[in-house]
Amino acid sequence: MDIEKRVSPDLPVEPVESRVNYLNAQYGIKSWLLTRDHKRIALLYLGSVSLFFMLGGIYAMMIRLELLTPQGDLVQSQTYNKLFTHHGVLMVFFFLIPSIPTVLGNFLVPLMIGAKDLAFPRINLLSWYIYTLGGIFTLWAMINGGVDTGWTFYTPFSTTFSNTYVIATGLGIFINGFSSILTGLNFIVTIHTMRAPGMTWFRLPLFIWAHYATSLIMILGTPVIAITILLVALERAAHIGIFDPALGGDPILFQHLFWFYSHPAVYIMILPAMGVVSELIANFSRKNIFGYSFVAFSSIAIAVFGFLVWGHHMFASGQSMYAGMIFSFLSFAVAIPSAIKVFNWTATLYQGSISYDTPMLYGLGFIGLFLIGGMTGLFLAALGLDVHVTDTYFVVAHFHYVMVGGTLMGYLGGLHYWWPKISGRMYPEGWGRFAVLVIFVGFNLTFLPQFVAGYLGMPRRYHAYAPEFQIYNVMSSAGASILGMGLLIPLVYLVWSMRYGRVASANPWHLPGLEWRTASPPPTENFYVTPVVTWEAYEFAPPEEMQVVGKLEPGDAGDNPIEVAP
Amino acid sequence: MPEQASTFASRVDALYLYLCGLTIFFTLLIVSVLIFFVVKYRKRAPFEIPRPIAGSIKLETLWSVIPFLIAMSIFVWGANLYFTMYRMPKEPASAMEIFVVGKQWMWKVQHSTGQREINELHVPVGSKIKLTMTTEDVIHSFYVPAFRTKADVVPGRYTSIWFEATKPGRYHLFCAEYCGTNHSGMGGWVEVMTQTDFDNWLSGNANQMSPVAAGQQLFTTTLGCATCHNADGTGGRGPALTGLFGKTVQLEGGVTVTADEGYIRESILNPQAQVVAGFQPIMPTFKGQLSEEQILQLIAYIKSLSPGQTSGTQVTTPARSNNPQAGAATPEGQGAKSLDSQRSNPLNSTAPRPPQSGSSNNTAAPNSRGNQNRQ
Repeated sequence: MDIEKRVSPDLPVEPVESRVNYLNAQYGIKSWLLTRDHKRIALLYLGSVSLFFMLGGIYAMMIRLELLTPQGDLVQSQTYNKLFTHHGVLMVFFFLIPSIPTVLGNFLVPLMIGAKDLAFPRINLLSWYIYTLGGIFTLWAMINGGVDTGWTFYTPFSTTFSNTYVIATGLGIFINGFSSILTGLNFIVTIHTMRAPGMTWFRLPLFIWAHYATSLIMILGTPVIAITILLVALERAAHIGIFDPALGGDPILFQHLFWFYSHPAVYIMILPAMGVVSELIANFSRKNIFGYSFVAFSSIAIAVFGFLVWGHHMFASGQSMYAGMIFSFLSFAVAIPSAIKVFNWTATLYQGSISYDTPMLYGLGFIGLFLIGGMTGLFLAALGLDVHVTDTYFVVAHFHYVMVGGTLMGYLGGLHYWWPKISGRMYPEGWGRFAVLVIFVGFNLTFLPQFVAGYLGMPRRYHAYAPEFQIYNVMSSAGASILGMGLLIPLVYLVWSMRYGRVASANPWHLPGLEWRTASPPPTENFYVTPVVTWEAYEFAPPEEMQVVGKLEPGDAGDNPIEVAP
Repeated sequence: MPEQASTFASRVDALYLYLCGLTIFFTLLIVSVLIFFVVKYRKRAPFEIPRPIAGSIKLETLWSVIPFLIAMSIFVWGANLYFTMYRMPKEPASAMEIFVVGKQWMWKVQHSTGQREINELHVPVGSKIKLTMTTEDVIHSFYVPAFRTKADVVPGRYTSIWFEATKPGRYHLFCAEYCGTNHSGMGGWVEVMTQTDFDNWLSGNANQMSPVAAGQQLFTTTLGCATCHNADGTGGRGPALTGLFGKTVQLEGGVTVTADEGYIRESILNPQAQVVAGFQPIMPTFKGQLSEEQILQLIAYIKSLSPGQTSGTQVTTPARSNNPQAGAATPEGQGAKSLDSQRSNPLNSTAPRPPQSGSSNNTAAPNSRGNQNRQ
């Protein structure tokens, strides 16, 4: 193929012998720790996020082991309380919130819009250092004695009564928040200013829309949790009465402040996953997404309305009944954009050309689990019913369906989908499909019984529980071990495939997205020439028309976009 | 489905079943359409380019409006149920009032006839029971799954819930809001009895002073409130308390406030915060001298001076105080302890509790606190 050669004079001229990509452009630890390449930073994040996910997972396994029997016999109460607190803190603040934006978003936002990098590459690196610093701080607090307040840090327990490392853990989360803010800032500026010529707003992949909406929440919401943590620290250290009634404070105020961030934070977790799933569904059925603008704007609607529903965590906490009514109404309203997405994804499949590759299986799994997670959210938004199920295992099951069933499935689906682009190698497809099945079965076995236990009245955060709940807990623990095994499989084969996997072509799935029109793995500058976008989002064309932008070397695997997948 | 033992239970379960039905219907609908499409439109050849379909405003409208209407039906149903559960019943005198005080990690109960219980609550079947609840330390949540009701118990305020048990039996009582080390041990049983059994139980435990009588004793003798408010509550240097409860009070500065539990509590603990118009701010604070139970007893006594009144609100919050001295107080003061021990009060058993914020050694860094408590 004779594609336009480096027309732009300022582009670096690469040696032709072996194609230089972002991975082999430079070697050595310094080239990673001081990199400004968004792709390398994404890999740094991939490493640290995976580490925190594994730690959080270990805590989860210890919780499930303890709950095998009704008596609190494996660990002491105080230890158990620390286990679920550490599990929640690590998973929420150090895995779920950063996972998709910082790994997949960092890697793909510039590639998908045809930019060379994010708008502020140094800030991007800084955000990783801040994240790592916050993480180390939190881990240090946990190793030194830990914290037992639950990830929700409810006052006055956290400010006055807990004798654990509340301030240190809080500071870790506080520091980590800045990395979130910087990432969001970077994305918004990049999406506004660095789109390639012809990449109009309505040609953007939905992954970008989802990240735009997520970034809005990160920038607007995170400062609130930062302030809240500071106030908790002030009250704890200096006895300034803000939340503790004994000091003249109001404990419910904390809950308002906390959920003002932490409910939108749920959308920080799920929106990027919805963006990934939009990509998977459209691309693996080779169809443009049904109702593009509805899916795009539903992300923005979720981001905006997500800020107005925090009070639905507090229906039984003593807030005004009329406030409860308004929050309940708005919570039902915010369910509609999510429903619109699910319907549009389903309609996208209609008359498609659907393949069953691993990423698509994750995408379909996401829809199934998110359906249950979303529908059970309606139970909790219904005032009179919430009184019974709030603070029980029903809630635990619900938010795991949304966060694990949603975010984790989206994250893993996206990781497999873009793995050839990230690593330049294919993952083993058979193992991939097998792992999806194991994860799906394990997940449902873990969390479906918890709905039952919750409705029967088992409160959450119980170290010991009434014996009649044991059957559901045994099922749950059995499911958790299957889920844990299932999650180890991709960990092993993805690492393996980085070295031994089949070499991937530039466009192994034969897709029109810009990220597939450059080499796998991409060169440091992403595209040899600035791409000019003349096609709509998800506009499928014959392979010879969906060409790689710029020059690749003859004989290079990435040079042949029309290679047929075996 | 857990056991149904209150008038709310079947109504909550009905809404629950409605939602289960909706969930199963929509999940099955979408999953079967999904599977149908995935199988029917599977890839037949590489590089297929299916006909693009832009979308359909009609369909988008349809699948926005229908879910919205369904969601609204749930909203109305849920809100209606919520108001039934959390708003006190209209006829005020008919509900039997019981005081509940949570503390790490036990529930302390006192009946209006004086009986006290810990981690147990005996109630008669078929009567409306009103619980007025508060806590000595952190937030707890009073949860009886068989009654399908629950409410957070918040320090510094009173939360009221009501229920009517429908079936004699023994039902779980849980603390549902995480409250520290022994959170899962903070629970017990609600014993629902027939009226006869309940009357027998009451008479078998009758040798205790009712909250009203105990409150009167505190008012007239122990605390000397009567010096200013008069023994019969007719007032003097302090405002009259007879007929006060439930009334609107004119405060200094032109503000008005309803005299509910929260207002009385605030007036006892922080008298300077809400001074009644026409009176001098001369009342000393009783903060640190009274246990939560004793405050409730005083409130019960003051309420008894206004027959036929109950508070109409679910939660009563005392106005915020910015009293810098407040931190020095602990909910259980010395005076309270000696008072209670005279009556060999079972409720006075002190559970292990972490240091209070007000204690002088508490300014230590969290590191040293963690070290002290590490196991």
